Amino acid sequence: MTATAVHTDRLGPLLQRITGDRKHLPSAHSTLDVLWVLYDRVLRITPDTVDAPDRDRFLLSKGHGPAAYYAVLAAKGFFPESWLDDLGGWDSPLGHHPDRVTIPGVEIGTGSLGHGLGLGVGVVLGLRAQGFTRTRTFVLLGDAELDEGSNHEAIAYAAATHLPITAIVIDNQSSTHGWPGGIAARFPGWDVSVVDGRDRDRLERALKPRHDRPNLVVATVERKGS
Amino acid sequence: MRETFVATTTALLDEDPRTALVLADISAEAFAPARRRHPDRVLNVGIREQLMTGVAGGLALTGLRPYLHSYAPFAVDRAYEQLKLDLGHQDTGAVVVSIGGSYDASEEGYTHQSPGDVALLDTLDGWTVHVPGHHDEVPAMLRAAARHDDRVYVRLGVQENDRAHPDGGRLRVLRRGGPLVVAVGPMLDPVLEATTGLDVTVAYTNTPRPLDADGLRVLTESEVVMVEPYLAGTSAAAVSSALEGLPHRVMHLGVGRREVRRYGNWRDHAREHGLDAPGLRASIVDFLA
Repeated sequence: MTATAVHTDRLGPLLQRITGDRKHLPSAHSTLDVLWVLYDRVLRITPDTVDAPDRDRFLLSKGHGPAAYYAVLAAKGFFPESWLDDLGGWDSPLGHHPDRVTIPGVEIGTGSLGHGLGLGVGVVLGLRAQGFTRTRTFVLLGDAELDEGSNHEAIAYAAATHLPITAIVIDNQSSTHGWPGGIAARFPGWDVSVVDGRDRDRLERALKPRHDRPNLVVATVERKGS
Repeated sequence: MRETFVATTTALLDEDPRTALVLADISAEAFAPARRRHPDRVLNVGIREQLMTGVAGGLALTGLRPYLHSYAPFAVDRAYEQLKLDLGHQDTGAVVVSIGGSYDASEEGYTHQSPGDVALLDTLDGWTVHVPGHHDEVPAMLRAAARHDDRVYVRLGVQENDRAHPDGGRLRVLRRGGPLVVAVGPMLDPVLEATTGLDVTVAYTNTPRPLDADGLRVLTESEVVMVEPYLAGTSAAAVSSALEGLPHRVMHLGVGRREVRRYGNWRDHAREHGLDAPGLRASIVDFLA
């Protein structure tokens, strides 16, 4: 029994403590395995390094349904598990969308869709300008979030400038009009892999290698509402 | 003013490794030498204003001090939510330097004009707004903004006063008399001409946000005329708040809401909006009568 397995088992009870966010519950769980793999196996960030300038960055662009995000951060010790009991409460740092100002370890405040990728591009450029070339930046989006046009400004620019950024799109087929031809076709010039968003070992293999140009990982999960 | 902006920002990029510049094609040519010297900190994202502002937010999150620049309608109107969320909500800042505010781009038409930029920023928290009335007022604004991380808007214009007033951060009295006329930025010279021979006090500021509330209270006897080079009444709430509890009568002059479907030059538009000297004089005389 590894420490990883012990932590994994604890995510279920932690998620159950988050009772306030009924509206977003299905989408919250769509991100669970990706988030766990990132924080457990990929990202160089701990509660002690949340302000280290060279820490790896994880930006949750899809701010909707943050229950899994909160559960993973709590399991990893970024904030006390007791915070999970009062989601959206007046005295709670945890809202239905995450706020970087109130939650340790949260890199950006999101909720309005289509902001994370642009911010992520800026983060990569800012890190590079300061010589933090080992630092990696990951942005997690939802497939419906790609409806927002602002994403496509960032997608095209990252491809044109060979920016080393990793975008993860959780595909639970929640976009109203869908993406005929597949999500990857909307990321021309990016390295692409499509993996089972529930298979942690495959997710790790997709997320761990460094890329010197933009990298897209489409994590496919069950259809929203199924 | 744009040349001054280019020269000062280029110097800042040379002097301060924290400075970064994000462009969306506008003025990219002018910054080509700076970009050659600092390719990691002078970034042109193409015609993508949402990304320009998002990138600025990301740069700020890593500790850099981003300057961004475009026409006001693209930097503010179009990317308003990015200003609100990618800067304000992230608790970061940037220096937004615009051209083409109210009707400088007169021949381009309404698509290239933003009379409402300052009013839009007034819906957001923590923005300092500079409206220089002369190009020599610009360098100090840009250099002061490099020394902190707050949100700053610098509104560059074509219209300029004859003289620079570098101490225009607060209300600076240029003519002593009766009722107060406040001229913001390039409105100073037309206001001085319009009020020739009138018994009024003329005060100037190139920094309408935060408005110099203390100065306004001290200088106001009962009547105040605000003359602003953007949407008329933009400062109504700030003036009302500054004068709370004081009996006063106020008139707000500025650019009208109605779209003027004419081209010409900025002087034609100033005349149309009553912001040339004769128009201002007529309004002020009528108000004080």
